Amino acid sequence: MEDLAVKKGRKYREEGIRIGLFLCALVSVITTIGIIVVLARETISFFGVVPVHEFLFGLEWRPLLKPKSFGVLPLVCGTAMIVVGASLIALPLGLGSAIYLSEYASERVRNIIKPVLEILAGIPTVVYGYFALTFITPLIRSVLPETQVFNAASGAIVGGIMVHPMVASLCDDALQAVPNSLRTGAYALGATPLEVNVRVIVPAALSGILASFVLAMSRAIGETMAVTLASGATPKLTANPLESIQTMTAYIVQVSLGDTPAGTIEYQTIFAVGSLLFVITLAMNLLAHRILKRFQEVYE
Amino acid sequence: MSGTPKTGTNLEKRRRQARMFRFLCAAMTWLAVIVLAILLVHITKQGIKWVDLQFLTSFPSRFPDQAGIKSALVGTLWLIGLTALVSIPFGMASAIYLEEYAKRGKLSTFIQINIANLAGVPSIVYGMLGLVIFVRFFALGRSLIAGALTMSLLILPVIIIASREAIRAVPGSIRQAAYALGATRWQTVRDHVLPSALPGILTGVILALSRAIGETAPLVMIGALTYVAFLPEGPLDAFTALPIQIFNWASRPQEDFHSLAAGGIIVLLVVLLAMNASAILIRQKTQQGKQ
Repeated sequence: MEDLAVKKGRKYREEGIRIGLFLCALVSVITTIGIIVVLARETISFFGVVPVHEFLFGLEWRPLLKPKSFGVLPLVCGTAMIVVGASLIALPLGLGSAIYLSEYASERVRNIIKPVLEILAGIPTVVYGYFALTFITPLIRSVLPETQVFNAASGAIVGGIMVHPMVASLCDDALQAVPNSLRTGAYALGATPLEVNVRVIVPAALSGILASFVLAMSRAIGETMAVTLASGATPKLTANPLESIQTMTAYIVQVSLGDTPAGTIEYQTIFAVGSLLFVITLAMNLLAHRILKRFQEVYE
Repeated sequence: MSGTPKTGTNLEKRRRQARMFRFLCAAMTWLAVIVLAILLVHITKQGIKWVDLQFLTSFPSRFPDQAGIKSALVGTLWLIGLTALVSIPFGMASAIYLEEYAKRGKLSTFIQINIANLAGVPSIVYGMLGLVIFVRFFALGRSLIAGALTMSLLILPVIIIASREAIRAVPGSIRQAAYALGATRWQTVRDHVLPSALPGILTGVILALSRAIGETAPLVMIGALTYVAFLPEGPLDAFTALPIQIFNWASRPQEDFHSLAAGGIIVLLVVLLAMNASAILIRQKTQQGKQ
């Protein structure tokens, strides 16, 4: 009889623990719901004042000074310049490093490079911002003196340095997953290492490589402190990387550094911009997962 | 490969191209090492002259030569301690549930996809969440605990993903042996799976916490102060942190404050280095134990 009571108590305890653990796992779901609700609430009241099309397609962003104007395109343009610049640096460099690490480098070299990439990935973004402001910008200005103190190029370069380790390590994983038989088969047919890599290995790992590219771009979009420090606070539609611009993230920081009372239209703008940022990065992350799933070559 | 007859010169050309390609890839890779070296040298050159005992034990000041990072350093230590207290239990519990309890079904897949996506949300969005929920709704104000809760949500996905990998790496035979001896599920997890997975979990936790140390944007969002001339005494006190102080100094126009920022960065990097070194130490120690 006693044995049975112990067993019963044990069963309740087990069930209690299971439920407790489940509730902890739910925290992440609640976080997502929280993000969506928080962003949507203020954004909806913002769209009560400013029409959606004016926000999405307006050509002028001047929310703090009169006459006010709420066209988000200049901020999107600023972010796009950073992303394009960072991608031009990080994607080829990352893929090149990954090919070297996976296909050429000796174990000894890998043991040096891998930690270096981890360190680069672990350096806080504010440090990169400082580096851009005090090293990269003066460097650009010594070559191109017409460059402004705050400029898109500096933020883009440092953004590229920042996401490069992520591209390198994800591409390295993708290349390593290609079965050795493809390599040996191609070499047996007389291909040179270049031909093996470019025509066999990289195509075989393409899904992983593309996914890493999309994830890196999404990371560059959400990058905040480096572009705030280095690229300025001048929202404008321009394609000149030597000018001061403002990204979506830098705008959010700018407003939150000031004392903007809750409930005002200025306060609501950061949520509208934040929503746009969230939707874009979420779409890109989902796209990356979709690419991985759909185009993955299945090897035995 | 092109179908043209392979002559000697063609082969020579292909080999030359292959050598060039290899060189190019190697150059790209070593560039990363060079960039890291330049970054470290630049920051050390700019900031090392400020880093002394006076810098570590003074409060921020309008005058660069009197300014220090005492309040920022203490604030960061508080923040990380509180973040660890909140995020580690929740992260580990989520990982245990997903790996050891959840049935492979729609709900568990949904939670997994959800966690993967949360890991990709920009940190500034977490800051907005923290501002509205913790600072305003729960009326915690611009306090340490509001910052720590925000940071916890930010690094939770990282901790969960790392912990799950560590738990998954525990061989199934250990679980079966425990069940065979009559252990319940929780006893199996607590006494056998977790001890085996702990080094891996700890490594992941330390890496996640070192990410939190350097995060600036969420703290800016929840309004961590930039000028704090006192030390926080409890979780409800206002605070500043190292990255905030660095950001503040770096965004001023004066040269002297820029190099102060570099001094702050050196302190921040030393803290990060110490944490990463401990993670590596844990990894090595357990690998030795296994051999």
